[in-house]
Amino acid sequence: MASETSQATLHSSVSDVAAGGAAHASHGPTGLLRWLVTTNHKEIGSLYLIFSLVMLFIGGSMALVIRAELFQPGMQYVQPEFFNQMTTMHGLIMVFGAIMPAFVGLANWMIPMQIGAPDMALPRLNNFSFWLLPVAFGILLSTLFMEGGGPNFGWTFYAPLSTTFAPPSTSFFIMSIHLAGISSILGAINIIATILNLRTPGMRLMDMSLFVWTWLITAFLLIAVMPVLAGVVTMMLMDINFGTSFFDAAGGGDPVLFQHLFWFFGHPEVYIMILPAFGIVSLIVPTFARKRLFGYASMVYATASIALLSFVVWAHHMFTVGLPLTAELFFMYSTMLIAVPTGVKVFNWIATLFRGSITFEVPMLFALGFIVMFTIGGLSGVMLAIVPADFQYHDTYFVVAHFHYVLVPGALFAIMAAVYFWLPKWTGHYASETLGKWHFWLSVIGVNLTFFPMHFSGLAGMPRRIPDYALQFADFNMISSIGGFLFGFSQLIFVWVVIKAVRGGRKAPAKAWEGAEGLEWTVPSPAPLHTFDTPPAYDPQTDSPSRH
Amino acid sequence: MDQQQRQAGVQRTVIRTLWVLLGMVGFTVALVPLYDVFCEITGLNGKTADSAQVISAQGVDDSREVRVQLVTRSGNGLPWRLVALDPVVTVHPGQISQVRFEFTNVGEQQSSGRAVPSVSPSAGARHFRKMECFCFEQQWLQPGESMQLPLVFQVDPDLPKDIRTLTLAYTLYPMDEVVALGGFRD
Repeated sequence: MASETSQATLHSSVSDVAAGGAAHASHGPTGLLRWLVTTNHKEIGSLYLIFSLVMLFIGGSMALVIRAELFQPGMQYVQPEFFNQMTTMHGLIMVFGAIMPAFVGLANWMIPMQIGAPDMALPRLNNFSFWLLPVAFGILLSTLFMEGGGPNFGWTFYAPLSTTFAPPSTSFFIMSIHLAGISSILGAINIIATILNLRTPGMRLMDMSLFVWTWLITAFLLIAVMPVLAGVVTMMLMDINFGTSFFDAAGGGDPVLFQHLFWFFGHPEVYIMILPAFGIVSLIVPTFARKRLFGYASMVYATASIALLSFVVWAHHMFTVGLPLTAELFFMYSTMLIAVPTGVKVFNWIATLFRGSITFEVPMLFALGFIVMFTIGGLSGVMLAIVPADFQYHDTYFVVAHFHYVLVPGALFAIMAAVYFWLPKWTGHYASETLGKWHFWLSVIGVNLTFFPMHFSGLAGMPRRIPDYALQFADFNMISSIGGFLFGFSQLIFVWVVIKAVRGGRKAPAKAWEGAEGLEWTVPSPAPLHTFDTPPAYDPQTDSPSRH
Repeated sequence: MDQQQRQAGVQRTVIRTLWVLLGMVGFTVALVPLYDVFCEITGLNGKTADSAQVISAQGVDDSREVRVQLVTRSGNGLPWRLVALDPVVTVHPGQISQVRFEFTNVGEQQSSGRAVPSVSPSAGARHFRKMECFCFEQQWLQPGESMQLPLVFQVDPDLPKDIRTLTLAYTLYPMDEVVALGGFRD
């Protein structure tokens, strides 16, 4: 490794490569300040994960406010204005504050360990990316206490609702989106630089774990679309404060332009939230089926195809704005085309399970739950892609059911699976199997009770984002609310499981799962603060997940 | 691998990703004018020309009739009433027609507004030619004042054959506040 002097020069450089930053942290301050200035990928990974767990509970509480109000028709607990703020903030917090940071946290923890690198390529930038997030969400949450309330225009913040008719706090909302966006961009640059440069000698791109692959592609998506989000909120800011008319028809602007720009960001964004989940499931299924992943190369190509296709399908969110027939047909077919690479993935997971020696530990349960329920969400996605049907489904609870199926038992279950899977590596202790199974089964029942009836209330015509509804939707809503509370409170079990594992429990060996493969299982459990200070030996013939 | 080499590699990757990032920022900025040009050529967003157009001299196509519906919308905080005095007219493509609209200020102050047109189906937007229209400029009205303004238009004969009805919707927007505040927020 480098000498003291060369470390000093490394520190002065922006591209503070791994070992320098890591050595720095171990001699650095202690207590709270240590967490504030840490450049260690494992500590930053933990910070991201804890942050996203906190956000999950804040966003989840807002969801429970929504479900409490919708338990019965009529107005019970909150004012319609506050209800709108709850739906908006719930969406924003879950998307930008819970799901995305959780995946970045997992990337921080696992990518260096899976590619045999000592740390992320840019450790100090890594620290900055994380600490932007509490600032961003502090600002966002503070809008709830401002005059006129927080954002109330839905997480998609369509103009002119978010410009002309928005509460005065909207500029704070824009600021927080900017900060979260910068955090994501910096994180993405860091991940790309790490994966492309710090792989252990001998590891080719096609030898990387699927989690690393899906994150590499996700990072490129982030770099491509976060500037579009930044651009669109900047235009909003100018429309609100500086007299421009990007989205104001009175001044020659066009509100539909907003939707095009937003969804040009927004559709790749939904894949940003699911591709790393595909990677996680592609690691867990082979581990507990005790077989190598079926179709490694096709998984990589399928991920890349999904990412590329995500740029040419955005207008399927806008079928009802009055697109010409040719555009509707184009976006309908291109959207349906995404089902092909997604189908390849689901097929490969099932083919991996086929004739495997399957055991059902908690991470595997969550991964299998993911496969089944994500596919349900994918199927309703294909239904929504059909233009004539979408005119009926648009802005109904059917859409809510669809995207919650891909995000909750999809993205969130994959994150849970990852936590149960790697918790032995992080803490040195297995998570409690009993409590984990309780958590899983209560979550499955809760999720399906909550979101499955939404398909029916949506098909029956219940619009989304309303605090009150017609009487015929009462039964479905009551079921959804009961399920919502069951699901929400079940997550407390998860917190208890994590705390228990941190404190103690059954000791885990270096290779915590019998069928596990990958460099992260060659270091002791719990992983020491510094791993792979010297690159580990790697032989693709025996170590690559793509070997024959 | 050598530490120096890795650092150089990281730097190279970071610089390249920053270029991609910069490219996407530029692309985002370019999307706005691109969208305008795209819509102007295709008429996709239902917008019509914002200044007077010349009469298309392709002659009148007596074999076809097109129903033109004139719709008005107000309620953006401007206390005005806009009424289409000839709500539906039937024209032949190529024929020049005139319809009248009545603007009334029902508020208690002098105010300024503008009617912004939109044509649906949008495929017909660029075939809807306006020779004279109040929508090219803003109007000022005293409290209680009322005035009738004409729209002179022509549906050009190139209008796609499957379009038999065109709807022209005027939406009233307050103008003075738009200029002053960049929006009419309350």
